[in-house]
Amino acid sequence: MFQSALRTSLSLHRSTVSSCLRSQTFRRFLSQESRTKIQAAVTEYPVVLFMKGNPEQPMCGFSRGVVKILSAFDIPPEKFKTYNVLEDLELRTGIKEFSEWPTIPQLYVNGEFVGGSDIALSMFQSGELESLLEQHGVIPKASES
Amino acid sequence: MASDTILASLGPVEIAMREKLVTLLQPTKLIITNESQLHRHHAAMRSQGGGNGETHFAVQVISDAFKGKNTVQRHRLIYSALSEEFSQGLHALSLNTKTSEEAQRYQAEK
Repeated sequence: MFQSALRTSLSLHRSTVSSCLRSQTFRRFLSQESRTKIQAAVTEYPVVLFMKGNPEQPMCGFSRGVVKILSAFDIPPEKFKTYNVLEDLELRTGIKEFSEWPTIPQLYVNGEFVGGSDIALSMFQSGELESLLEQHGVIPKASES
Repeated sequence: MASDTILASLGPVEIAMREKLVTLLQPTKLIITNESQLHRHHAAMRSQGGGNGETHFAVQVISDAFKGKNTVQRHRLIYSALSEEFSQGLHALSLNTKTSEEAQRYQAEK
């Protein structure tokens, strides 16, 4: 008697779990409050990087790569802000919906999404990243320094 | 179409990725490399028991579906095709996207 009761309760549990998993595949609605917070964050500083860990201790090779690339430009600290998504689960999922980009790191310059680590690297190699930073007054133009 | 993946031991994620990207992009070249083993010791993967062996991939694709699109748009195109995989354990993709013209130019410059 107890065995059959146990079997029933287990199968009920399984169907609840699987429907929870199914609902997670639908895109979660980013609350207006979160959207507003993120919008403010990406415009508060000229260069904003959402990463895993922080510049002193990156927690992911891709995040470390972008930090290294940016460090080549000597960006003044008052123009550069990083957010550690590992410390804030709401931010970690929110930024992916906000940017319509499923991975971290995410680089913003002047409130505009630039890309992840592949894009940052190729723009760095082509000189495009330097131009972008000069264009937005983040770093002085080469002829001025 | 040149299909460079070694057919032995292809997991379901890689198979699904290839199918979706071929349908979406009709590429002239599509190389998918499973790099999950390189990342299995990283903190995030350790907490998942090393991951399922299909967490990190490098994708190289040549397709004229990329014409007129900048890099972010190309990557977004690929990411949105693979949103299901991302919600089920795919963790990272390194993307190299070129049109056939860009690929030829790249070869010529080497």
